Amino acid sequence: MPTPSVSTSSAPASPVPTPSGPASSAPASSAGAEVPRGRARPALATLRSSRAALARWISPLVLLVLWQLASSTGLLSERQLPAPSTVGSTALDLIGDGTLTDAITVSVQRAALGFAVGALAGVGLAVLAGLSRLGENAVDPVMQMLRALPHFGLIPLFILWFGIGESPKVALVALGVAFPLYLNTFAGIRGVDGGLAELARTLRLGRAGLVRHIVLPGALPQALVGLRQSLAAAWLALIVAEQVNADSGLGYMINNAREFLRTDVVVLGLAVYAVLGLLTDAAVRLVERRALTWRKGFPV
Amino acid sequence: MAQGLPGVSAEPDAAGTDAAAGTDTEAGAGTGAYAARVQGLTRRFGDRAVLDGADLTIARGEFVALLGRSGSGKSTLLRALAGLDGGTEGGLDVPATVAVAFQEPRLVPWKRVWANVVLGLDTADPRGAADKALAEVGLAERGGAWPLTLSGGEAQRASLARALVRDPGLLLLDEPFSALDALTRITMHRLVLDLWERHRPGVLLVTHDVDEALLLADRVLVLDGGRIAHESRVGTPRPRHRDHPDLTALRATLLARLGVAPEGTA
Repeated sequence: MPTPSVSTSSAPASPVPTPSGPASSAPASSAGAEVPRGRARPALATLRSSRAALARWISPLVLLVLWQLASSTGLLSERQLPAPSTVGSTALDLIGDGTLTDAITVSVQRAALGFAVGALAGVGLAVLAGLSRLGENAVDPVMQMLRALPHFGLIPLFILWFGIGESPKVALVALGVAFPLYLNTFAGIRGVDGGLAELARTLRLGRAGLVRHIVLPGALPQALVGLRQSLAAAWLALIVAEQVNADSGLGYMINNAREFLRTDVVVLGLAVYAVLGLLTDAAVRLVERRALTWRKGFPV
Repeated sequence: MAQGLPGVSAEPDAAGTDAAAGTDTEAGAGTGAYAARVQGLTRRFGDRAVLDGADLTIARGEFVALLGRSGSGKSTLLRALAGLDGGTEGGLDVPATVAVAFQEPRLVPWKRVWANVVLGLDTADPRGAADKALAEVGLAERGGAWPLTLSGGEAQRASLARALVRDPGLLLLDEPFSALDALTRITMHRLVLDLWERHRPGVLLVTHDVDEALLLADRVLVLDGGRIAHESRVGTPRPRHRDHPDLTALRATLLARLGVAPEGTA
């Protein structure tokens, strides 16, 4: 998956998170395990990584230029694929008359609401199932069964249940979000190092302390993987839901444009979906980078 | 074992063991003459009794090393003393504060080193307490570091600081030096002795290294057949040199007890 928004990540020598204290002469007591730290590395690493980030933008830009050239020389017909400049000016028009901004607002609201409901359910059930055998027996079999249902197949049922308003769209997004988060958070909780749980007992942390200091932070990396999957699922579910029935939002805008053979609006709508997806993905990466600095060599 | 969250559901068991074990509560561990006492401790795994009526008393401030072949139940005994094993039968009397340093340092990777040291400790100035303890083990500079950036030796020092900051009546050391390189191990032996002399907890060091036991301990025990099968007092003043004639004699005895024929006899 091309993610040009990844900025500082692919420097060959990733900067080790340098602790606040001066570590000028760290005792090199164990061979091999020592990590080089300190000195002028950060500046160099930043330079190198920003150059790497720039390098990642070259191929998408070249592609864009080729596309524009192909359109302006008539190689690509405007009806099949309008030029980037056409899509750009359409975007400005639609922003000007408020069509695009309204559509984005409606779609983002649906995605956000569905995500909130799905995330609450997914994480809540995972914690319930992860922390006790009783919870696992109560929750996990049902979740595993529901997971096997193709949830886009539920659309007719949702329409019968919820009508064709906002509810079925939000429900579909929530369903798409809940499962990846549930599965990953549950696996994350169960994957927490048993040695650390033992340690917690010798430190007399108690159950609440164990959950707070060991289990939940330990499950976080895996839960964040789930978060990224579930955000992708959220946008996908939204797109499908908005294609099926909608009288507002990006999907409606795209479907409407198809009726009037406005390929430029269709392409614009798709581009907006893509940008929204990239933005949320970048947000999760940011959260990961901040929350997981303890991992050696992170960001990878 | 089924995939329950390790250690979560077993909490009540540990409390139950403590209650059952506290037979002589008025002269309990830490208040009386001993730091810990084990009487007729038995632990069965299926039909096999790994511990079979083991007796052990560690005096206050005494440094005891426990040797044994692998599978002899050394770690089982230590885990029982640490309150990590709810399945034992027999008397088990330990002080209110027992600290453990495991073979792997078991630092919580998402907490900075200083936060690891005072994890679960109820104190007004946690950072101050942590820094003081870290300074004692020679890690004053590394309090703000992430555990995964520490070397093996540094991590084990932090683990010792975490154990000692609790001011334990009994310190359990479960082969804490076995994963370290030889040079680091020597430094760590000196550090442990130094810390023990300053804080004077009762110590039980589980090890498979006869030399280590002889260099550090007041008393060396050999666990065999589920009980303490042999006991040697080591009167040699510290710091000890491994070539000291007393130690050489003791080494031969202990190795024989462990089923290793001394060199040259074959």
